Amino acid sequence: MGICELSLREMGSAVARRKVSPAELVEAHLSRIRVCDPTLRAYVTVNEAECERLARDRGRQSGGPPGVAAPLNCIPIAVKDNICTKGLRTTCGSRILRNYVPPYDATAVSRLRDRGCLLIGKTNLDEFGMGSSTENSFFGPTRNPWDLERVPGGSSGGSAAAVAAGMAAAALGTDTGGSVRQPAALCGLVGYKPTYGVVSRRGLVAFASSLDQIGVIARTVEDTAAVLEAVSGWDAWDSTSARRGQVRARQTGEVGKSGVLRVGVPWGFFSEGLDPDVSDVTRAVVSKLEKERWAFEEIDLPHAEYSIAAYYLVADAEASSNLARYDGVRYGEREGGTDDLWEMYVRTRTAGLGTEVKRRVMLGTYALSAGYYEAYYLRAQKARTLIKRDYEEVLRRVDLVLMPTSPTAAFRLGEKLHDPLAMYLSDVFTVGVNLAGLPAVSLPSGYSRSGLPIGLQLIGRAFEDQTLLEAARLFEQVVALEARTPAGLKGLLESGRGGA
Amino acid sequence: MKGFESVIGLEIHAQLLTRSKLFCGCGTGFGAEPNTQVCPVCLGLPGALPVLNRRAVELAVLVGEALHAHTNTSSVFARKNYFYPDLPKNYQISQFDRPLCSGGHLYVSDGGKRRRVRVTRVHLEEDAGKSVHLDDAGGRRTLVDFNRCGVPLIEIVTEPELRSPSEAHALLKALKQILEYTGASSGNMEEGGLRCDVNVSLRRVGERALGSKTEIKNLNSFRNVERALEYEIERQAGLLAGGTAVLNETLMWDAGRDRAVSMRSKEEAHDYRYFPEPDLLRLELKGDWIDDVKSRLPELPEARESRFVESLGLPPYDAAVLCGRRALADYFEEVARLTGEPKSASNWIMTEVLRTAKEGATDEFPVTAANLADLLTLVRSGRISGKMAKDVFARMAGTGETADDAVSRMGLRQVTDVREMRTIVDAVLSENPKSVADYARGKKKLFGFLMGRIMEKTAGQASPTLAESVLRERLEGVREGDANT
Ligand SMILES: [Zn+2]
Repeated sequence: MGICELSLREMGSAVARRKVSPAELVEAHLSRIRVCDPTLRAYVTVNEAECERLARDRGRQSGGPPGVAAPLNCIPIAVKDNICTKGLRTTCGSRILRNYVPPYDATAVSRLRDRGCLLIGKTNLDEFGMGSSTENSFFGPTRNPWDLERVPGGSSGGSAAAVAAGMAAAALGTDTGGSVRQPAALCGLVGYKPTYGVVSRRGLVAFASSLDQIGVIARTVEDTAAVLEAVSGWDAWDSTSARRGQVRARQTGEVGKSGVLRVGVPWGFFSEGLDPDVSDVTRAVVSKLEKERWAFEEIDLPHAEYSIAAYYLVADAEASSNLARYDGVRYGEREGGTDDLWEMYVRTRTAGLGTEVKRRVMLGTYALSAGYYEAYYLRAQKARTLIKRDYEEVLRRVDLVLMPTSPTAAFRLGEKLHDPLAMYLSDVFTVGVNLAGLPAVSLPSGYSRSGLPIGLQLIGRAFEDQTLLEAARLFEQVVALEARTPAGLKGLLESGRGGA
Repeated sequence: MKGFESVIGLEIHAQLLTRSKLFCGCGTGFGAEPNTQVCPVCLGLPGALPVLNRRAVELAVLVGEALHAHTNTSSVFARKNYFYPDLPKNYQISQFDRPLCSGGHLYVSDGGKRRRVRVTRVHLEEDAGKSVHLDDAGGRRTLVDFNRCGVPLIEIVTEPELRSPSEAHALLKALKQILEYTGASSGNMEEGGLRCDVNVSLRRVGERALGSKTEIKNLNSFRNVERALEYEIERQAGLLAGGTAVLNETLMWDAGRDRAVSMRSKEEAHDYRYFPEPDLLRLELKGDWIDDVKSRLPELPEARESRFVESLGLPPYDAAVLCGRRALADYFEEVARLTGEPKSASNWIMTEVLRTAKEGATDEFPVTAANLADLLTLVRSGRISGKMAKDVFARMAGTGETADDAVSRMGLRQVTDVREMRTIVDAVLSENPKSVADYARGKKKLFGFLMGRIMEKTAGQASPTLAESVLRERLEGVREGDANT
């Protein structure tokens, strides 16, 4: 195992104790990227020059910039390419923004910079976050380091692949309907989606404003907590950010100590037609946890069956409005050659937006149109309220809800690309959490027979992110999953004879 | 027009006088260099989010309360979706089914009649940018200035209860007055501070159902509103008289050609796809916060006008003129308070002040209230005459001097000493023995002639009352006492 496989915590202390210089740390990651990324395509943009320069500067200072300490100082962190980075292009995986350079940093990004993090690069995604496989990107698909013929999940597939392949210590993703948790599950990582309002959305390029939340993908719960501590907390620039949103990385050890952890499992909701590998892992993990005083009970989420329909209506309705600004007038790609304004709009958006984005913009526009608003948008909002209520009721009786993150392990590239409905159904277990605004974390839980990682998610009460993180830590300790090197990565490193 | 009555409703947009925009910190000043008052939020850059300006809410509530509307403790911002180059997000943040204030009314005086017109709603929204179409050496092109984009507006919608173009004009005047009184808006139509769309339909007298209406946009002066309504009522009446139905459409007023041109029909009407703005929380106002805003509501023009008539004894016309602008009414009240003489304060302001002020800026008075009050006090005490005071006022207006300074610089002083006056009068009488003799024979008109001589001799500095009483004393042998000394 090289530097790139260390946990963020280990890297942080190695830098702090000068076992490794910032420049060495950065160089190890850049060289890993050079070897692997031509195949994996996790990055849209690698921020090489800035990272090298900052690492050199930090190396000359003792302990990094003033006030900055481990564990985040000099840690290379990847940022999903729908989160604005000042001076560094932010494409959203879209042709229409392929050369767009934001004039400001997202709040989450500036908070990472303040802690001394190095933004190693911007990661690939389904265009504007619309997809579950990272195949819907203008820059081409990202591959799963565990199996190069499979998808890394999506839409934060680039972030997950980058962390899984040792091309970043951790990454920011965004989770609108599972886009952090699902790729984390498919790449064998921790994927944390905070309570809506815990991390500022300022600078997160909106897909569906009422559902979007910036989340963290990392190798361990501890690493996840360290990044989350840095990026969480109230932001005056986001009216939907919460005053009580600050999360602390330090564990109090309260959870589980004081008594039994009560965990609800909606077996009835997810069991039918579940992939046998996922089913086996779920049962194995439950029985392991039961031995450690986790009390499981079956729960019912009566409206969960409407969550996919409600989610796609609400998300697409908001998206149709959020994406209206990409019109070629002020920034982004413009398709000219016409004097007519409407013709320019049509040409620009036809050429600039991908198939899936157009499909959703049209769906969302339809759902908001006069005569259909009540039947679609309003009805979906009512279903959303019921789904939220289901969770609230259940979480009065239990501390956590546990269920699989994804119905299957990573699927093959192209397998669902031309069947949007099948693709949408892969979000069936994740979207409910976004509709309800709850925190949830996907944790590495086992492997399929063919050696692909499988994740389970824990769902907590709103704004009890701290408790959820502590439970996740216990889960990690109890499940004690053997670490494996992703098979695809192994092959790339061997054939590249490089990497750290 | 015969047998028909017109039904008119107004939709008024007024710019709120906040320092910063509705959802970002950019300035709102008028006339800045294009695209210098912009930021990621008001330019609609990816990832930027709106944060509501508290002051704008206060001002909007103030207007709502002034219009006797109900301020809703919970209201919702909504997105109004349409594509236009001066709308950078291609949606406008406005309010839709849950406005800030609902219900309300104001009084409109037109042709001697005073009517109560109901207000449907008052809501907050952001303004768009401004497109500039150029066709010059650089070619035919459109440029957009986003300085206005995101400037806070309130939209005030009236019920379709107005009956004539002149009544619509009167409503705008009354509304402008209220906006100005509350300090919420300048109400200045020329700088875009106030904009108005109208809708109008005709129906047979006695019918209840409304006829099909047209909406007219782009009205940038009170005069245009009235003119466009006159035009449109005549046009609709012509159609109806000829048995043709009125089309439900949106028209654009072309002031240059004095006519309305069709913009789009009902079929082409926009579907704005309103839905709640997910980037902003529902706007929840606490009852005591609303009460606090309400308590800062100033006395409104109507109440003030009747107080001026009833308590201060001003003629209704003067009261109406003085209350026309809040600054003017404030000015008058200050002068009246300092002098204790509302009537003479009003007389002076109605004549000298307004005459001089007309030439200058609208809200700046040529002489401060304190200085004017001092001048009036000098007149009342008899130190200068009313006639002299006008010259003094003119000097004060030019130099900004206080009344005392101006009087002494002009070398003015009134002869108010009885003994000195007697000497002057005696001199005048001895210079005009014939007149004195004629007066004694009954030619009482010569009193005025002799007064004129006195004034001439003193270069206008004689106190007229004193001169008069001394002259009478000398001519008639009557002593009116030395009280004037
Ligand atoms: Zn701005």
